[in-house]
Amino acid sequence: MENNISQTDKKVERRSFLKKLAILALAPIAFGFLGSTDKLKTIKKWMLENGYVPNNHKWGMGIDINKCIGCGRCAVACKNENNVPQEPFFFRTWVERYRIYEDGDIQVDSPNGSIDGFENWRTNKKMLRSFFVPKICNHCENPPCVQVCPVGATFKGEDGVVLVDSDYCVGCRYCIQACPYGARFLHPETHTAEKCTFCYHRIVQDKLPACVEVCPTQARVFGELNKKASPLVRFLRMNKIGVLKPSLNTEPKVYYANLDMEVK
Amino acid sequence: MKKFLQKIPEQVKRLSILLVVVVIVFIIATSLLTPKDFGLIGHFRASSVQNNANKKMQYAGQETCSDCHEDMWKTKNAGYHKNLSCEVCHGPSLNHVNEPDQFKPVKPKGRTFCPVCHEYNPSRPTGFPQIVTASHNPRKICITCHNPHNPTPPQTPKDCSACHAEISNAKSVSSHMDIPCTKCHKTSAKHRLSPREFLPTKPTQREFCGQCHSKEAKSDESIPRINMTTHEPRYVCWQCHYPHLPEAQ
Repeated sequence: MENNISQTDKKVERRSFLKKLAILALAPIAFGFLGSTDKLKTIKKWMLENGYVPNNHKWGMGIDINKCIGCGRCAVACKNENNVPQEPFFFRTWVERYRIYEDGDIQVDSPNGSIDGFENWRTNKKMLRSFFVPKICNHCENPPCVQVCPVGATFKGEDGVVLVDSDYCVGCRYCIQACPYGARFLHPETHTAEKCTFCYHRIVQDKLPACVEVCPTQARVFGELNKKASPLVRFLRMNKIGVLKPSLNTEPKVYYANLDMEVK
Repeated sequence: MKKFLQKIPEQVKRLSILLVVVVIVFIIATSLLTPKDFGLIGHFRASSVQNNANKKMQYAGQETCSDCHEDMWKTKNAGYHKNLSCEVCHGPSLNHVNEPDQFKPVKPKGRTFCPVCHEYNPSRPTGFPQIVTASHNPRKICITCHNPHNPTPPQTPKDCSACHAEISNAKSVSSHMDIPCTKCHKTSAKHRLSPREFLPTKPTQREFCGQCHSKEAKSDESIPRINMTTHEPRYVCWQCHYPHLPEAQ
């Protein structure tokens, strides 16, 4: 009898031990889960305070090459708005001039990113066609720059905008090499990667990006991609559309109307 | 059990202790070094979205300007510059919105700013109003003749080349250089005042070119002739030949 009692005691001990073990193992996971959802709530709350919930938006840009006059006001406005260094070769957006000659020669230039204007050189060669192409970060759906970032300092937000976390960036320049469109640069003072953010601080307040705001010929159109009433959707409906380097499957969200095959 | 522990070689025991220590240090280090909001939404710090959104604006947007400068706003929106935002010429002006007396927007003067858009450049789209500054009223400041808020030309342009520089440049070196524009395009006088509403006509039939270029035409003998019945009768002439710069020179 004694023996029997001691056996049941042992059994109970084992069961309670296993229970405690399970609780011990699950507790930190459960606490961590609760903690993280709590943080997520506070972030969502911040978004709502500003009346902006990234989930509800998907931004894109349309550029009509037939309308661009190459005045470079977009590049100037971008530098003013985003504290981009004024010296040449630091650009979040710029304009290129394409000149295609009858002998098949192609010249592409962008002196000071188009800010100082384009000079007309006299050549004996006959021009076949010529046009301006505004360039900007394409805010790819599959961004190669985000893939290669070793620390997670650049990312595609829920609204499709590719942003840089300049406090977290280590300045390794990997993303600058990975970008097939040359849209990134290293800021000479902060030594972190910089790029177009679609003027994120403006679009969360329902304002247009600076380059779209100042474009004198409405060559740039900015808007929602998945709302039928947006000017961008109308732009995509009314024009023949191309994107840059479609073969790379980056799926850019900057759409060009009347894009020439020579534009790379 | 003791036998099993004894069987494990000494170096394996020491190495496994080291491995456990390394793993524990790694777990502690990552939990301490990773920012608390990392990975909440995706593989990034959730708060950096906020950081990006918190940056300071410089451009107020043209709707803001209209709150105070409504008269100017209305003038501008009735003229050719209706699509221009005020800040294209006047620069970033959010400071001016916040403190109107302290910060004044820039007013571009002289002959350098307007040609940024309006200087002739063959790469610019056709129909965009362009001038050659060297020959366009030299040394005169643009705003003495043109009101930038309502930039209708003070005098109606006399020549077609004032607006159609690209076409007139091409025509001036072609064998059609002596033909006036009005020979082919019937242009009402109103076209000079409101160009988009009163468009000039264009020839519609191949017989129009045939007046000079057909075998039967009574024009100068040096002009190239074609047989109107056999020479590509299914097409109108300007589907192949550019009349402003015909390829035969």
